[in-house]
Amino acid sequence: MTPFSLQTSKRLKQKVVNSLLVGCCLLTSACSQQKTDITRNGITFCSESSPASLNPQLDTSSTTADASSHQIYDRLLEFNTDNGRIEPGLASSWLVSNDGLTYTFQLRKGVKFHSTDYFTPSRNFNADDVIFSIDRWRVVSHPYHDISGGNYPYFDSLGLGNTIKDVKRINGYRVEISLYKPDSSFLANLATDFSVILSAEYAMALMKDGSPSYLDRFPIGTGPYKFLSYRKDQFIRYQRHNDYFLDSKGPENLVFDITPKSSLRVAKLITGECDAVAFPSQNDLETIRERDDLTLLEKPGLNVGFWAFNTTKAPFNDPRVRKALALAIDKTSLLEAVYLGQATRAKSLVPSASWAHQSNMQDLGYNPVAARKLLDEAGIPFNFTMNIWAMPVQRAYNPNAMKMAQLMSSYLADVGVTVNIVSYDWARFRENLTLGMHDSVLIGWSADNGDPDNFYRPLLTCAAIPSGTNRARWCNEEYDVLIESALNTEDENERRIFYHRANQVIFRETPLVPIAHAYQYQAVSNNIQGMVINPFGGIRFDDVERTP
Amino acid sequence: MINLLARYVNLVVLTIAALILISFSLPYLFPGDVLTNMSGIVPESEAQRAALEGVYKLNSSVFVQFWYYLNTLFSGNWGVSFSSQESLFDAVSIAFPATIELITYALLISVVVGIPLGFIGGIWHHKPFDFGVVTFSVVSYSFPVFWLALIFITIFSLQLGLLPLSGRVNLLYDVPHHSGFIIVDILVADIPHKADALYDALQHLILPTLSIAFVTTAIFVRFTRRSIMDVMEKGYIDAAKSRGFTTKQIFFKHGLRNALLPILPLMAMQISTLITNAMVVETIFSWPGIGNWLIQAIYQRDYPAIRIGMLVVSVFVVTLTFTIEFLSRAIDPARDKFERATI
Repeated sequence: MTPFSLQTSKRLKQKVVNSLLVGCCLLTSACSQQKTDITRNGITFCSESSPASLNPQLDTSSTTADASSHQIYDRLLEFNTDNGRIEPGLASSWLVSNDGLTYTFQLRKGVKFHSTDYFTPSRNFNADDVIFSIDRWRVVSHPYHDISGGNYPYFDSLGLGNTIKDVKRINGYRVEISLYKPDSSFLANLATDFSVILSAEYAMALMKDGSPSYLDRFPIGTGPYKFLSYRKDQFIRYQRHNDYFLDSKGPENLVFDITPKSSLRVAKLITGECDAVAFPSQNDLETIRERDDLTLLEKPGLNVGFWAFNTTKAPFNDPRVRKALALAIDKTSLLEAVYLGQATRAKSLVPSASWAHQSNMQDLGYNPVAARKLLDEAGIPFNFTMNIWAMPVQRAYNPNAMKMAQLMSSYLADVGVTVNIVSYDWARFRENLTLGMHDSVLIGWSADNGDPDNFYRPLLTCAAIPSGTNRARWCNEEYDVLIESALNTEDENERRIFYHRANQVIFRETPLVPIAHAYQYQAVSNNIQGMVINPFGGIRFDDVERTP
Repeated sequence: MINLLARYVNLVVLTIAALILISFSLPYLFPGDVLTNMSGIVPESEAQRAALEGVYKLNSSVFVQFWYYLNTLFSGNWGVSFSSQESLFDAVSIAFPATIELITYALLISVVVGIPLGFIGGIWHHKPFDFGVVTFSVVSYSFPVFWLALIFITIFSLQLGLLPLSGRVNLLYDVPHHSGFIIVDILVADIPHKADALYDALQHLILPTLSIAFVTTAIFVRFTRRSIMDVMEKGYIDAAKSRGFTTKQIFFKHGLRNALLPILPLMAMQISTLITNAMVVETIFSWPGIGNWLIQAIYQRDYPAIRIGMLVVSVFVVTLTFTIEFLSRAIDPARDKFERATI
């Protein structure tokens, strides 16, 4: 028996059904993603990681360069993203003396720095800003040199501080840089992501306030976007710099949505929460290609993924051991499994896109028998244990270092070498690498400029050990002399010969095993126009716009 | 009543004291340097180490250390995170309101949907509508939360493209941080396109809230249904019926109140389930709440953050559980007020 009559129950039921219906309607009416004013005037870029700093002078990681270099700052010179030629930036023209020792730059007039909540500039860009920006990393006694750690890894690895003799002000808009010795890659270095121009006026104001480290956390530059706010692992916000000295079509607002998981980045691109994503993973490339509303940009990258041995540690100081380990792995199957065929096999440091590439270079093939023989010669026992450090982030040159390390460990097990795979979070990983705590590491290098010196010098010269870009910690006099000679030579053909001889040294000594030159990818929504892959460094948004 | 309150306050204080003691012992139990685990700072010089030891009094006896630990806790000086070197207090005060906001809405939906459904099912039990209600509650109770969240994403975000799958609001809306509740923040903020921002934030809320609310609603439905069925079989209902009251009068005068009273303490027991589910859902939807934050901290072995996160979450659960328990005791005349405080 029910306690209620049928009639009341009907009425109540009707009410319930009605209220449920209303609820559903409310829910569904809220469900449609539309573009509103603000989303039409803004672009969201899903980046892969949090930048360590907002000043690219302090860090060589591409995350930092992406977040700051071409957004907040400008350089004296710029690379043309198509052909790699050097073009005017903040310097409208330049003159190189006949002996190659003196560079004179004519600076652009009327370039305005950002005016933000935390700083209002009283003057335009001039020679003082150039001198400040270069002297900060060049002069050890500069008041700003030790602020934010005092490490300038890019310049330190190239030894540029010791190349430059003086940076002199001729007049307000003319600067003269003199060198100790000719350096054929000097102009290219001034065009890299790291040679940004900071505001000297802002730096002095901060010094007066006693908070100089704000220079790198609340940046002021001349670039197309000004910095608004940054929350680690969450977002970076920028706003258009309306007084930018070039015509910029860029949106009113730019946001970097920091999304470490690559599958999530692609999912957000599909739902329209991102307009463009960094480093789509190899697994997702097909999905992106199949969709009509997305575009996949690709370009052969100026990069190299490699396996570097810590040559300061026994037994990896023995070239026979390094060569044996190189022979024990099958690079071809690594290329298929890790890069899914989206890369070319690397034989030396520079990819075929560079003029210094050597196509007839020898390569170490897969030969486990020879590998074991070499290991026996070097006195390495069976069941020798070593570690492979696998970097925790995806990069074009190595989209999945962990998987690669696992594959390699099975190859190495075949020749009687046991592998422990080690990984830390990215900042700690690089810190410990610089301290030389690894046996071997899977990492790589993306070029900052089109010059081959940008591969040979930071990756393997002696001077690059303390700055941490020489992951093999390998120091070879013959190699250093060759690289030095190449730099003192203006003629491309003569330089090429030096680099090819350096390739022979690398092949003989095997401080590292080059694995792959990967394609670079960027996935973009079709609503966005003007995105290009910048093979010479960080991502650029100055000419990116949303189509109506 | 005062007596009862005192008993509950006493119990809360003791429990929290025990939690603080556990959190105090964690830096000693975690691997690595105690001072670094406590403060999050790796001392770069002897002077800095000495200064830090001064704050935490590491050279004194354990009791003195505990006293200074309490001091730092209550003054909001919770140390900094290993990985970001940001103040943990700031990080928690940004992340925690986001979680509370999510559970508040989920709880609201569960109450508004679950309790009426339970009543209807209970009153007309073993009727088609009741079977529907029971089926719904059993099915949604059996869904693992993370699975449900992923299904929602697949259907509503990726397939239909109706709803966003991550975050609280489109990042292009620069909503200043006041209360930490995104809806409140948007309403009080002085920003252009306020209505659009609100609409956008609501869209971001739907999927995570529903993912959590499904399971909780199912639990509430079952509690309420059981409770009203018990009440309706009681003698006083029959007595009321025999006196000629209408069904409406019987339900609202006798049924509703008596059925609701036992539900309240059961709700208190669901708080920890709710928080756990919220943490899982936060991770899936990249919701910047305490759960997401804590899981990142665990991944990065950020011991100072793990310690503070564990303390904050457990203090919240304990306080809320005791408060609801006390309230239900206070308004329920059937329960002995002079009994010991329990949960």
